[in-house]
Formats: sequence, structure tokens, C-alpha cells
Amino acid sequence: MEGADLTLRPGLSSRERFLDWANRRPALAAAAILGLVGIGLIASKGLHDVAQASLNGLTLGSIYALGAVGLTLVYGILRLVNFAHGDFLTFGAYIAFLVNVTWGLPIVVAIPVAMVCTAILGVLLEIAMWRPMRGKGAGLFQLMLMSIGLAFMLRSMVQFIWGGATRELDVDNTSSVEIFGLRVGEIELVVIVLGFLVLGGVGLMLRYSLLGKQMRAISDDLDLAETAGIDTKRVIVLTWVFAGSLAGLAGVLAGATQAVEPNLGFELLLAMFAAVILGGIGDAFGALAAGIVLGVMIECSTLVFDARWKLIVGFVVLVIALVIRPQGIFGKAKSV
Amino acid sequence: MLPLGVEFSAFTDAGFWIGVGAFAGTYVLLALGLQLNVGYTGITNFGQAGFMAIGAYTMGVLTLETSISFWLALPLSMLASMLFALIIGLPSLRLREDYFAITTLAMAEVVRITARNAKGLTNGSEGLSCGGPDFRCFDDTWRNVSDQIESWLQSLGWSDPEALLPLLLVVWGMVLVLTLVLQRTTNTPWGRVLRAIREDEDAAKALGKNPLVYKLQSLSIAAAIAAIAGWFIAFNIASIAPTEFLPIFTFYAYAILILGGLASYWGLIAGSVVLWTLLEGTRFLELPIDADQEAALRYAIVGLVIILLVAFRPQGMFGKREEMVLGE
Repeated sequence: MEGADLTLRPGLSSRERFLDWANRRPALAAAAILGLVGIGLIASKGLHDVAQASLNGLTLGSIYALGAVGLTLVYGILRLVNFAHGDFLTFGAYIAFLVNVTWGLPIVVAIPVAMVCTAILGVLLEIAMWRPMRGKGAGLFQLMLMSIGLAFMLRSMVQFIWGGATRELDVDNTSSVEIFGLRVGEIELVVIVLGFLVLGGVGLMLRYSLLGKQMRAISDDLDLAETAGIDTKRVIVLTWVFAGSLAGLAGVLAGATQAVEPNLGFELLLAMFAAVILGGIGDAFGALAAGIVLGVMIECSTLVFDARWKLIVGFVVLVIALVIRPQGIFGKAKSV
Repeated sequence: MLPLGVEFSAFTDAGFWIGVGAFAGTYVLLALGLQLNVGYTGITNFGQAGFMAIGAYTMGVLTLETSISFWLALPLSMLASMLFALIIGLPSLRLREDYFAITTLAMAEVVRITARNAKGLTNGSEGLSCGGPDFRCFDDTWRNVSDQIESWLQSLGWSDPEALLPLLLVVWGMVLVLTLVLQRTTNTPWGRVLRAIREDEDAAKALGKNPLVYKLQSLSIAAAIAAIAGWFIAFNIASIAPTEFLPIFTFYAYAILILGGLASYWGLIAGSVVLWTLLEGTRFLELPIDADQEAALRYAIVGLVIILLVAFRPQGMFGKREEMVLGE
């Protein structure tokens, strides 16, 4: 009798209380779980190894975050699941290869050129493809399929021009520096610093500028934003400029730290989607934070599993996130 | 000579076209599953290549590593693929279609990368073909069957049948059988529930049908058919390797699906023939390009076919405009 009574009283089991708390404070709960895993890792593998892996993870995380911000903006504002976003990164990396290696100009020139070219690509595709399709009232599935077709076309264009071989950018991949007893390659350090600077700038811009507010307004309700007098065409073009240039930058950075090859972007795409979904679709800050955390998690996973399995960790996180909290760590339950 | 001449002798190379025909039939099978999912149930399965890989690898590993007979390994591999579809579908089919699409694509990549990494079981990127202490091949039994069909053809008066002709016959036989079966089942009350879910999930729910159960059934049937396609790919190439199951192959099937038209099983056959003629026809244009560029051209064709059809003819060649159009 008493046992039956107990189970009828709500909120008594600690498991339920934890789940309830985790539901109300998902970001805190995620941080707590990550912290526990981190402490466990430090206890078993030593502080130095974990710190080293985390530092490596920041490089990967910056690249994910740069890619994911553009992906989530386009996803949220245009309701477009852009499977071609990864190939924007590839495109940027090859433009940098053209400028940096074929023309022999320094990488500081190659980076802005790649960003501008990828932004132009994004805007051109908006005008030639996405705007007319929106005008026709194309559905989510139609746009998804078209973006996949576009992904294959971009990748084959790159492969047609530059071949399938792996290329290297003309950057110093060998020298490294030591900080607090941790080794980090100079190029990796540049990626982290540059990535965080750009991401910080983008974050502030989206938070405080009028453009950022207009983007959020369109993401909430395009028709309402238009009625309110927002020039939606202009904002959408600027969104593509953002998404394109950040993807171009991410592509160059990925090419500089790893290598330039036609599959470069596609291999990063699913991890970027994981960051987008974890952060909540359309939420640039969420994608940014989730991208960096994901990078660190993936690198730390190499302490436990063989590095060959690295790619899978991102997918596993994605699936777990979808099962437990499809609206993302920072999102509110809407329709998922 | 014109630089863009066409090599006509190759067009008449029967052996080559029989191999292509077997591939075309195999991809009709892959697209049949998609037709059930996308055309009749309204779920966006982007992971057919993964289900195909599960089917092929289960068949290969069971015949090579265990004493299970080939004929038992075939249904078991279909079961494995269906089980995997249930595991993937149970959490993700409750979600919106875009989440489901991303999850299934990610799942297919997980399968492929696992196959590449788990060297002990799958022999990594080299793939499975023959081996073991008593040197067996995964397709030994299939070769016997193929030889029997060949000698039967010879007894009919066919002097020297091409090596892949038996495969071609078996694949297209399977296409006919499964097309008929699927067409019949979609016309049953069960099929009408699927279409009701495609049109309006809430209405189906109000009628007491649980959409998740039906969606899971639809997905696992597609996965089982993908497993069959996986065997035929393996027989055709005589190996099971991760590169046979790249994500693009799912979208070969999507190109066929949109070419053939949604909600039409027979259209897929025409869709596949058109796509593979386009793909393989490029081999005979004597373009001044290397192998990388030729591969790139094939990818571009698939991409272009998908983009143009979705944009300008979403009902495909034989789709029923009144029943189902993309994006409505």
C-alpha cells in the first residue's frame, strides 16, 4: 500500500526530478554532463593530455562554428536545409589554392579573395535558384533535393577543374609554439585566434546591429517582417553574403590545417549540421557554441577511441541530440 | 577527325551494356523503396545507400565468416537491414522531415565509415571478396546459379551468353516481381493508410491510425529492398567495398525517382534506363578529359538532373500530377 502511494506522488523519484530540471535548464544540464565527462577523462588520462586534446579541438571547433553559423542563418531565415553548404567550404578552399599556390600570392591575400568569391557564389545562387524557387512556393523537400543536386554539381565542378588529388596550401605546417607546456602548431593557433575574432565580431553584429534584428525578425515570420517594412530581399542577400564568406573562411582554414580535396566540405557538413541542431535551428549563437564544443568533444574522443572513429562521434552526438532534445540545447520546443 | 567524335564500336559492345543494364535494374530496386517512402508515405529517406551497405555486408560477412549457408544469409541480411531501419526510424521518424533527412544521411555515412574502419570484419577499404582458410568467395553460390542459368540459356540455343547476362535476368526478374508486389500492396487498405498519412497526418491520427507504426513499416520495407539491391551490386562488382555505398548512390535513386515521377512504380524503370543511358553514354563521347574529370561529369549529370527536374517538372515523366507533386 505504501509503495503504491509513493509512486503516485509526483516528483518524488530523483530521476524524475533530475529530468525535470534538465528540461528547464538544458544548457546547464549539458554543461554539467560535459563537465563530469571531462573530470572523468582528466582522472583517467591526465590533465595534460586532456588539455592538449581540447586545444586541438578548438581548431576543429572554430572551423565547425564558422561553417555552422552560415548554415543555421540560411536554415532559419530561408527554411532552406542547404546540403550544398559543405561544398561552399570546398569552393573557398580551392579559390584560396588558386590564389595562394597557382598565383603564388601570400595566404593573407588568399583568405579575403576566397571569402569574397564564396559570398558571390552564395548571392548568385540565391538570385538564380533560390529566389525563383521561393517565388514558385517550393516546399522544404524540393529545396532539400535541389541543394543536394547543387552540392554534387559544385563538387564535380571543383573536381573537373582541379582534379581529385589532395593539394596543400602554401602555409607553414611544421613550426609550433608552446603555451603552458602544450604544443600547438602555429597555423592551428592562427585558426583559433582568427576564428574566435571573426565569430565574436559576427556574434556582436547579429546581437546588436539593425541587420541582426532584421534577420531574426525574418526568421520568426517572413511575411510579418515584410509587412513591418523590412527590405527582406536585401536582408536575404546579406544573409547569403554572411553565410558565403564565413563558409569560404572556414574552407580556407580547413584546407590550411588539413589538406585541400574535393570531399573537404562534405566531410565537415554533417558535423556542422550536428552543431546547427544542437544549437537550435536559426540560432547563430547556439551554432557557434555548439560548433566549438563539438570540436573539443571530437578531439577529446581520440583519447578514448582510435582517431579513425573521429568522424562518427559527431554523428552519434547528432543522433543523441535528436532523440533527447530535437529543438536544441538553447531552443524552445516548437514544432520539431 | 572531329575531337568530339562518338566511338560507335563501343556502343555495340554487348557485354558492357549488359553490365550497365544490371546496374540500372539494381537502382530501380533502390528507387522502389524510395517510391514507397517518398511517393506513398511522405517520408524523406536519405539513407538508402546505408541500408544497401548493411544488406551487402551482412550477406558477405555471414557467408565468409560463419558456416551459415548463402541461402540463409540472404534473408538474414534483409532482416538486419530492416532491424537497422527500425532502430534509426524509432527516434527520428517522430521528428520533422528535415531532421529525418539529416539523420538518415548521417546514418548512411556512419555505416560506410564503420565499414571502412572495422577492418577485422569488413576488410576496410579493400572490401570483401574472397578469403579464409579454405579460400571461399562470398559469391561462390551465386556463381553456381549464374553458371546454371548460362547453361540453360545455351540449351535454348544461345551460343555464347555474356558473363553478366544471368545477373541481368535475375535483377530485372526481381524488379518485375517487386514492382507488382508493391503495386498490389499499395492498393490495399494498408496502402491507403500510408497515403492518408502522406496527405494529412493529423487526419490519419484522428481515424485511429498510429502514423509512426506505418512510417516504420514503410521505412523497413524500403530497407529490405535496399538490402536486395546491395546483393546485386556486390554480385555485379564481385566485391563489397565502402566506395560502393557513397551517399551519392542514394541520390542516383532520387534522380530516378523524380525522372520516373512520384507515386508511379512503373515510371521508375523508364527513369532508371534514362539516367543510366545518360551516365554511361558520356563514356563514349571522346572528350579530351581524364578519369577524374569523367567521374566529375557523372556526378554533375546526377546533380543537374535533380535540380532541373525539381525546378521545372516536379511530377517527372510519368508521375500523376493529380496524386502527388513534389513540394505540395
